[in-house]
Amino acid sequence: MIIAVASGKGGTGKTTVSVNLARMLESNVQLLDCDVEEPNAHLFLQAEPKEQAVVTIPVPQVDESLCDGCGECANFCEYNAIVCFGTTPLIFPEMCHGCGGCAIVCPKKAISEIDKRIGMVETALAQNITLIQGRLDVGVAMAPPLIRAVKTRLREGMPAILDAPPGTSCPVIATLRDTDFVVLVTEPTPFGLHDLKLAVDMMQEIGIPFGVVVNRFGVGDDRVHVFCSEFNIPLLLEIPDDRRIAEAYSRGELIVDALPEYRRLFQSLIDKTMQRQNV
Amino acid sequence: MKIAFSTSGNELNAPLDTRFGRASKFLIYDLENETFEMVDNKQNLNAAQGAGIQSAGNVARAGAQALVSGHCGPKAFSVLLAAGIKVFYSDVPTVADALDAYRQGKLIESNTADVDGHWE
Repeated sequence: MIIAVASGKGGTGKTTVSVNLARMLESNVQLLDCDVEEPNAHLFLQAEPKEQAVVTIPVPQVDESLCDGCGECANFCEYNAIVCFGTTPLIFPEMCHGCGGCAIVCPKKAISEIDKRIGMVETALAQNITLIQGRLDVGVAMAPPLIRAVKTRLREGMPAILDAPPGTSCPVIATLRDTDFVVLVTEPTPFGLHDLKLAVDMMQEIGIPFGVVVNRFGVGDDRVHVFCSEFNIPLLLEIPDDRRIAEAYSRGELIVDALPEYRRLFQSLIDKTMQRQNV
Repeated sequence: MKIAFSTSGNELNAPLDTRFGRASKFLIYDLENETFEMVDNKQNLNAAQGAGIQSAGNVARAGAQALVSGHCGPKAFSVLLAAGIKVFYSDVPTVADALDAYRQGKLIESNTADVDGHWE
């Protein structure tokens, strides 16, 4: 069972939900921090580092002695990473998505690929949790290949929770692909509702079952609830707007450790998500 | 010698577009023959990324040796530099005004990009 925790709006509580879910599970669980531009799940887990690996993407390199400046590579590149004006092409590796198409279309076989480092995948252990996180290098804007590298570490047979980046763009899609269920975390505010609608549109497009967690329940209004009931979206959990939760968070503590009275909330979320194979 | 101007119109009196990478067209003026042709740049107007790079490629392929535009970012500038195209910035209203300013030697060649990428 692989579940992903996503949201439209940032700062709604994806990581809070992910780490508390992972800790509440009694079995071994993999927690993947796929928010590789700013991984933060590790702040809540006293995890012991186990393994680090560099992640690269292939970028083109042109052999000038073979290139006749035909420009096929530049025409092919959907990401405008190559430009050609009758001479050897200029390449902007930071814009390359590593698809390899330029090397395939080059009639002179003048293009080979070299590895360009984009970030790291780090694995650490914290009790029942195997934390696998991506960390994009500063200045790199290419998150999806690193997210895919994080996901290749997934071991079958052990449940997994994927903490997604916010929004609805490519890094989120890269995270959600091939998961079994998605938890959308939102807050009951106009901003929360607006971005929840974007996230719901995305979910309908990619066709993975999903439900909603309302965090900071008690602030704002009831429009998120009205929206969910109108569109038959399961409301999985309400996390109250409790100052003590924010205080625990600010100390890097898990809610289920600092405020045991909330354990049953996260247990109910496990029951509705991790154990819903037959639902 | 040919000069490229970023513009939104089709004639010399058309506005000089202050944007380079996402200008919809380039007017390529031939100083010897006093004629011009238009180069469409719509594809880059709507590009997800790399508009400046490919716009610079369009200007180079059109045979221009100089460019007059409002601004230019670092990647576009590096392509123009590699293509040997001189870059001039101007904030005059029309292409014709910019051409006059060039002819009168009022434009100063720039040796650097004047804005960051995605400056708008």
